[in-house]
Amino acid sequence: MSGASVNPAAAPRFAPGDRVTVRRAYPPGHIRTPYYCRGASGVIERLCGRFANPEELAFNRPGLPAQPLYRVRFRQAELWPDYQGPARDTIEIEIYQHWLEAAP
Amino acid sequence: MSGHEHHDHDHAHDHAHPHAPPPDADAALTHAQALELAVTSLLIEKGVFSADEMRRQIEAMDARHPGLGGRLVARAWVDPAFKARALADGSAAARELGLEVGPLRLIVVENTAAVHNLIVCTLCSCYPRMLLGLPPDWYKNRAYRSRAVREPRAVLSEFGTEIAPDIEVRVHDSTADMRYLVLPRRPAGTEGWSEENLAALATRDSMIGVALARNPGA
Repeated sequence: MSGASVNPAAAPRFAPGDRVTVRRAYPPGHIRTPYYCRGASGVIERLCGRFANPEELAFNRPGLPAQPLYRVRFRQAELWPDYQGPARDTIEIEIYQHWLEAAP
Repeated sequence: MSGHEHHDHDHAHDHAHPHAPPPDADAALTHAQALELAVTSLLIEKGVFSADEMRRQIEAMDARHPGLGGRLVARAWVDPAFKARALADGSAAARELGLEVGPLRLIVVENTAAVHNLIVCTLCSCYPRMLLGLPPDWYKNRAYRSRAVREPRAVLSEFGTEIAPDIEVRVHDSTADMRYLVLPRRPAGTEGWSEENLAALATRDSMIGVALARNPGA
């Protein structure tokens, strides 16, 4: 699973197993980070590759440097405090690196 | 249409017909529809592609169907080494079977005794069209897209799928560049089945994760 051949590309800052927090930000535009996970913490499941930033591509800009894209696994209870199912239930979301910070 | 069932067509078919014809779909175009028509005719006019090339693309898109995904699932059920490759790199595994997956990355997620996977795209309607064809209408509606992440077990239950509480329900929100295919569990009682017969058990819904594979004994 090599990264898309888009140069230049930003270097990955996270590895599988790392705990990360999604930035709690609400910029306008074409944003792929769902509202419901902003501010939430989860664990990197895998690095998917590097892709031109869709927030830039949407406005016909090159979107470079390409951003590492991760799959982040969250516990449902982290996203929805009143989640009705078992504590083991999870959700995985694709999130670009510039939306992630190392979790404290 | 009530009453139409009892309508008697033995009479002369004149224009004093007692029921109305179906309504014409001639509402005003939405902005997006008008834009699409304008861009399409410009691209054709400028020779970027021809009308026939566009028609052929649409025809090819419409010809894809869940049987393609079913082939991948059946091979994974009978060939553990292929399954391992599919879980490591879904796109490469699909190409191995001669399935055209295009530039998108396919991720295959496996249902096991411990995990049940469910696919959704909360932002729009991302779907592994190259292996399943066009998505069902419910996959694109707001109720499924919002509830699949918020209360997946209630949604599964409405599809007739009860997942035991000791099994993790893992939802995948396809928000970016990946596409997902669920590898359902192989139904019991199918030992020795041909790949072709197995492929028919991997239904569209089982590869989205709202159902289990068809159980031939049920």
